[in-house]
Amino acid sequence: MAATDTNGRTLGGPAGIISILVPLALFAWFAQHIPAVAAGQVLVWRLDWVPSLGVGLGILLDGLSLSFALLISGIGALVTLYASSYLGGHPHYTRFVCYLLAFMGGMLGLVLSDNLLALFVFWEVTTISSYLLIGFDADQAKARRNALQALLVTGTGGLAFLAGILLIGTATGSFDISAIEGSLADHPLYLPIFLLVVAGAFTKSAQVPFHFWLPNAMAAPTPVSAYLHSATMVKGGVYLLARMNPSLGGTDIWFWTLTIFGGVTAVFASVVAIRQTDIKQVLAYTTLMALGTLVMFIGVGTPYAIEAAMAFLLVHSFYKAALFLMIGVVDHGAGTRDATVLRGLGRAMPITMLAAMLAALSMAGLPPFFGFIGKEFLYKAALNLDAGMLWVTGCAFAASALMFAAAGIVAWRPFVGQKADTPIAAHEGPWSMLAGPVLLAALGLFFGLSPDHAEALVAPATVAVTGAPAQVDLYLFKEVNAAFLLSLATFGAGLVLYWIHPRLRDGLARVPARFDPGWDRLMDAVAAGSHGLTATIQTGRLRRYVFVTFATLVLATAAAAWRGLPALEMPNLDNLRVKHWSVLIFIMTGALVVAFTNSRMTAVAALGVVGIGVALIFIIFGAPDVAITQLLVEVLQVVLVAVAMLKLPHLNWERARFRPWDLLLAIALGALTTVILLAVLDAPLNPRLTEYFEAASVPLAYGRNIVNVILVDFRALDTFGEIAVVAVAALGAFALLRGTRRPSP
Amino acid sequence: MTSLIVRAATRVLVGLLLMFSIFMLLRGHNEPGGGFIGGLIGATGFILYAIAHGCRAAREALRIDPQTIAMAGLGVALISGLAGIIPGDAPFTGLWLFLGATEDEKGLPLSTILVFDIGVYLVVLGAVLTLVFALEEEV
Repeated sequence: MAATDTNGRTLGGPAGIISILVPLALFAWFAQHIPAVAAGQVLVWRLDWVPSLGVGLGILLDGLSLSFALLISGIGALVTLYASSYLGGHPHYTRFVCYLLAFMGGMLGLVLSDNLLALFVFWEVTTISSYLLIGFDADQAKARRNALQALLVTGTGGLAFLAGILLIGTATGSFDISAIEGSLADHPLYLPIFLLVVAGAFTKSAQVPFHFWLPNAMAAPTPVSAYLHSATMVKGGVYLLARMNPSLGGTDIWFWTLTIFGGVTAVFASVVAIRQTDIKQVLAYTTLMALGTLVMFIGVGTPYAIEAAMAFLLVHSFYKAALFLMIGVVDHGAGTRDATVLRGLGRAMPITMLAAMLAALSMAGLPPFFGFIGKEFLYKAALNLDAGMLWVTGCAFAASALMFAAAGIVAWRPFVGQKADTPIAAHEGPWSMLAGPVLLAALGLFFGLSPDHAEALVAPATVAVTGAPAQVDLYLFKEVNAAFLLSLATFGAGLVLYWIHPRLRDGLARVPARFDPGWDRLMDAVAAGSHGLTATIQTGRLRRYVFVTFATLVLATAAAAWRGLPALEMPNLDNLRVKHWSVLIFIMTGALVVAFTNSRMTAVAALGVVGIGVALIFIIFGAPDVAITQLLVEVLQVVLVAVAMLKLPHLNWERARFRPWDLLLAIALGALTTVILLAVLDAPLNPRLTEYFEAASVPLAYGRNIVNVILVDFRALDTFGEIAVVAVAALGAFALLRGTRRPSP
Repeated sequence: MTSLIVRAATRVLVGLLLMFSIFMLLRGHNEPGGGFIGGLIGATGFILYAIAHGCRAAREALRIDPQTIAMAGLGVALISGLAGIIPGDAPFTGLWLFLGATEDEKGLPLSTILVFDIGVYLVVLGAVLTLVFALEEEV
């Protein structure tokens, strides 16, 4: 059956075909580098982007980034193929494809960047494009809310990460990952760098307590969920931790933070997974479990643990993508995802069942699937630790047993047993939707049977993460050892959990969910706080605005002056003559009258007196141009304000009040201005500019009035900008005055 | 404001102020003055006229909308600035022409700088009058 949408276009039309071919081509390109990377090479390409800031678009292809790149492009191709029939007839299908490709590009850039700043840019590209993808059904309030939640949580973490990057740049003198030599552990900035980077990684990878956004991201269409969860987005944080392991890892705080948060996330998420009835939600929480496990083992940091984590990374990507895509087929074909309803679909959807079973067996960690190898190596790495670290083993065990049960819920129960009634008569999906799940599930079996092939990726990735040569040997079974026995115990515990899980689910359902309502309360509090702040500041009264503006000015300037002010010297007052004193008295008198008069008109006129006094100062000190301008502007201002004020009511009652706060502010502002002026006088004046203008004015600009020559010749562009401002301000005021005019009767 | 003295005096004063404003504009390159000051003085003249005879009369005496004057001034300044591009200089480079220059005499200096200053003059005049007229008619 061909994948055709409602318009009869195969594979979603041109947009769909492009969206499939692009990742496919990328996958092929990356795949041809496997031999070189497997042989231990690190491939680097460089392209200067913002050389002045040391930002380059370097491509760093080592085992770690190659593994991720192959997953992103490979699973990306399968997901876009799947989406071409899942969303093919959707009116916004092309838009969806654009979002998805943008996301893919961001993710590839993220894992390939050698430069931390470029990495951050791509990091934010994935944040924003995942926002668009999660909120794709934008007419649903839930999708919008969940998309915003994801954006805020990961975006906030991203800002922390940016701060961390800048600190790394300070500490190492470069933003290139390959330029960080050795460990930063002994650097004085290590702790802040660690905290900021980990904040970014934990929010992105949804570790407890930032986990709540990830299951909510299920509001996205299923192909997106598959992509977000299996290969990419959320593993961005894991990638970051793995990438930074050589430079940030190996310390006590690294070990404890990552193992504790990872372990808690893994166990917590697997318990919550069992509680869900929507099988898509079950899978969403098992993703959290996988992320927690990965973080935990990166935290452990032994070569063994890293090897296990890298193997588990591949395991998880294969089965998780397959299962998510499978759920979309079930949803499509049966009309529901409710685990309590779905039964016996196997007969109607045999291929889906096959894919689901294969993937679930890998997820459950049964031999001979790749999942078994992943789990075995996790156990081996955990058992290899000191006896005091037994709880790492405990976390891994609990999470694995719960995963076993979850695999049964997702992929066993819906397909076996008595056939149940579904909203749609169950039917098989088209080939384009089945290709992905079948292929990915089969890969789980293939890599399980021939682990050598997986080794080609796992080994160089382990080397890249540990930062040192490592002995990597993947095998299915060698001997009966503690890890193997623990695996058997896991299967037993998993079977029991699966058996009792309906009761377990009902019991867990009575525990209220904490984090999400908490998030809503937080958002409400932010909104209420903003409203309160706006109501306080934006009172609509001019007096308040002026007060706030000047108070801010005083505080900000005073804070700056407090730090960097040189010792002040009182200026020499001996040379002051009568004319200087008289101008001073003139200005002071004007200012006092403004403060104490009861008439607006008098106040305006007195303010004009102050301005004219300032103009006199300009004249005394030889700046006639400025003085004339000041005089004219002052006169005009008085006239304008007087015209306006003629119509305003008298304000006797208000004037009579004494306002201590205004007085205080006025004194503070005056004192601060005095201090700053003294500091300015104190600073030695560099006469070079003046000398240049004096010398160049006549020969270059044929003018003897330096002020005017500067205005219209040397700095004509500035003047042009200023007169443009004057003209626009006049037009604005004109529109404002005209706009408030009431229609004449 | 219908004082006879003001009205009679204004007729003389406005003309004087306008002449003075152009005088200030033209001497600006060598003595205190220039487009900004000239524009302010010119605007003062018309404001005086508006106070004495009313806004409507002032608008009629001005003949052109003050907004148009301001915008035209902006255009004049821009064109004079861009004129510098023609011989291949950077924008806002001054071009000079000395009419009738001899060995001893500089002749009559003409320049895009003067045109730019005229643009400033028009912007200031137009902008201030826009504001004042709107305010006067409003209240």
